[in-house]
Amino acid sequence: MALPQAKLDTTEARLARLDMPEGASWANSARQDALSRLRTMGLPGPRDEYWRFTRPDALNAPSAPGAAVFDPNETPLFNDIDRLRIVFRDGVFDAEASDDLSLENLEIERLSDAMNKDIHWAKDLYGVLETRGQDPVVRPFAAMNTAFASDGIAVRATGKVSKPVSLVYLHEKTDSDAILHFVIRLEEGADLTVLENGPAAARFNKCMEVEVADGAAFHHVRAQGRDHERLAVTHLFARLGEESTFKSFTLTANGRLTRNEAVIEVTGDNAIAHIAGAAVGDGDFHHDDTVFVTHDAINCESRQVFKKVLRNGAVGTFQGKILVKAGAQKTDGYQISQALLLDEDAQFLAKPELEIYADDVACSHGSTSGAIDEGALFYLRSRGVPSAEAQDLLTLAFLAEAIEEIEDEAIADDILSRLEGWLQRHRSA
Amino acid sequence: MLKINNLHVKLEEEDKQILKGVDLEVPAGKVHAIMGPNGSGKSTLSYVLSGKDGYEVTEGSATLEGEEVLDLDPEERAAAGLFLAFQYPVEIPGVGNMTFLRTALNAQRKARGEEELSAADFLKLIREKAKSLKIDADMLKRPVNVGFSGGEKKRNEILQMAMLEPKMCILDETDSGLDVDAMKLVADGVNALRAEGRSFLVITHYQRLLDHIKPDVVHIMADGRIVKTGGPELALEVENNGYHDILAEVA
Ligand SMILES: Nc1ncnc2c1ncn2[C@@H]1O[C@H](COP(=O)(O)OP(=O)(O)OP(=O)(O)O)[C@@H](O)[C@H]1O
Ligand SMILES: [Mg+2]
Repeated sequence: MALPQAKLDTTEARLARLDMPEGASWANSARQDALSRLRTMGLPGPRDEYWRFTRPDALNAPSAPGAAVFDPNETPLFNDIDRLRIVFRDGVFDAEASDDLSLENLEIERLSDAMNKDIHWAKDLYGVLETRGQDPVVRPFAAMNTAFASDGIAVRATGKVSKPVSLVYLHEKTDSDAILHFVIRLEEGADLTVLENGPAAARFNKCMEVEVADGAAFHHVRAQGRDHERLAVTHLFARLGEESTFKSFTLTANGRLTRNEAVIEVTGDNAIAHIAGAAVGDGDFHHDDTVFVTHDAINCESRQVFKKVLRNGAVGTFQGKILVKAGAQKTDGYQISQALLLDEDAQFLAKPELEIYADDVACSHGSTSGAIDEGALFYLRSRGVPSAEAQDLLTLAFLAEAIEEIEDEAIADDILSRLEGWLQRHRSA
Repeated sequence: MLKINNLHVKLEEEDKQILKGVDLEVPAGKVHAIMGPNGSGKSTLSYVLSGKDGYEVTEGSATLEGEEVLDLDPEERAAAGLFLAFQYPVEIPGVGNMTFLRTALNAQRKARGEEELSAADFLKLIREKAKSLKIDADMLKRPVNVGFSGGEKKRNEILQMAMLEPKMCILDETDSGLDVDAMKLVADGVNALRAEGRSFLVITHYQRLLDHIKPDVVHIMADGRIVKTGGPELALEVENNGYHDILAEVA
């Protein structure tokens, strides 16, 4: 099917500004395949149902709209957490600033090194989960990422990894346009935590493919944002084996445009998949969570918990789906998306979906948006808690269900204090 | 302690006058009770005194130890020593009871220029107070009032009062919904707080609470006014004969 002319033009204009890195033959063909997928689907347009709530224009633009670098003047996130730091500066790996890439039960390589090897485990993962995730809905920026990613990391965990792998994304150039790709493989019984933080670039396209083998546990905590004007489109693809655990949490504070897609396939029995997000936005802020969880195994549990605090024209959107395939009996699926609108200018748009082809399942979903509870606010104030503090307390209470998805207490505390700081800086006058 | 003068209050949103000239004075160290038919304005009075939105004071004043309170924010009134035990305590999902109380206590101390209480001292204090009200550790950990039974909510109000040690305590139907034993616990909690520099205004429908908390003075409120004031015997009269005779007498 031929693409409409406008879509074709947009796509080709964007492609004209991209260079495809060279690598081993498997890598070249993975990239070429992705390019032809992208050419077939085209970049998203205003008529695409999947982009109904979010305008892709700034993401489609041939070059990155500039984004000023913001110095929040606070201690870096995860500062006190013992971790293996891997630093990217405007989308380029910085070996100097990074820790030594060696740790027990872990293999880490720069993506370009992995993709230059004729034989490498990444061959079975790079672009593979992304391709699977293109059906039944297309995700053009993910295909673009596979085709053109200029840097990234390949991580393989073979057992319990003693400390988190921490991806730190520094943003220094006002016009940086970064495309990073990560392939992460957890072998049977492995246990790995990945942290991500930082604004990364003026415009950031990130794709992460995570294979969680039988009995393995993957924990992921990321904090996007800080820079008010940055744009980001990210994809997280995961495939879960038997009795595996996958837990991902994202904090987004600020950023003009963020689209986070998560595509999770539960393919092994008795697996657990949790994906959560807390987003806080003030002003020119558009935050889109698009989540697709597919159950294709027996007795699995999935949770989607997304909370947004919006004010002053900020927009939050959520598209979340639970697909339960025939035979995926005893599925326990839960999905909640909620927005706290701190004033009348803020907006929340949600499209929760359930599609179920098995008969013995328990799935529930809900979506709400509302203002702060005046009764609770007065109750707190009548006990002496000043209005602004009371609002913060209620806001954090609203976000609690999402933050509780972070298992590690020290990491959760860090995220919480980041949120408290944000709320204090963004109190209503 | 608390002096209310000719207080007129209407609803902000509607043209409806609820308090029509309330005069009332509670001296330091005294316990006053307010009784009155449903809808006479008792809760409204307590809300207006503690600063709830939605009401407009059209006339009159209310002072706490000589200071006008009606111009203050609710949190400032609390820091000044005013406390309302709510007729319907509010549930706050996601905020732990302990966190709530520590935040409140420290905010009040800060507002008064006092040192904040350390976590250890706070714990010691709350354990001790909770024990005497038979509030267990689990209730302290749970979100504020969420899933609490009616009686547990009321005991939780008294716990807050005991922790915050206000000067002027207003209790709005704290006895309703309590079983006999819980009523005794609550009354003991109140009596334990009775002191020279602390006053109580107890809103109730029943003599029973007043058997335990002996009031110095009883006021009858009807249609937005205090229509009669007397000694504890007034409560007995209400208990025995209802409001009919009293209202007929003042009409
Ligand atoms: N926000 C409001 N909107 C509409 N009417 C109100 C509001 N607040 C109070 N009222 C009305 O004002 C009157 C007094 O109410 P209030 O709750 O103060 O009575 P009360 O004496 O406490 O009654 P009860 O003994 O039943 O608790 C009632 O008629 C009530 O319906
Ligand atoms: Mg009442």
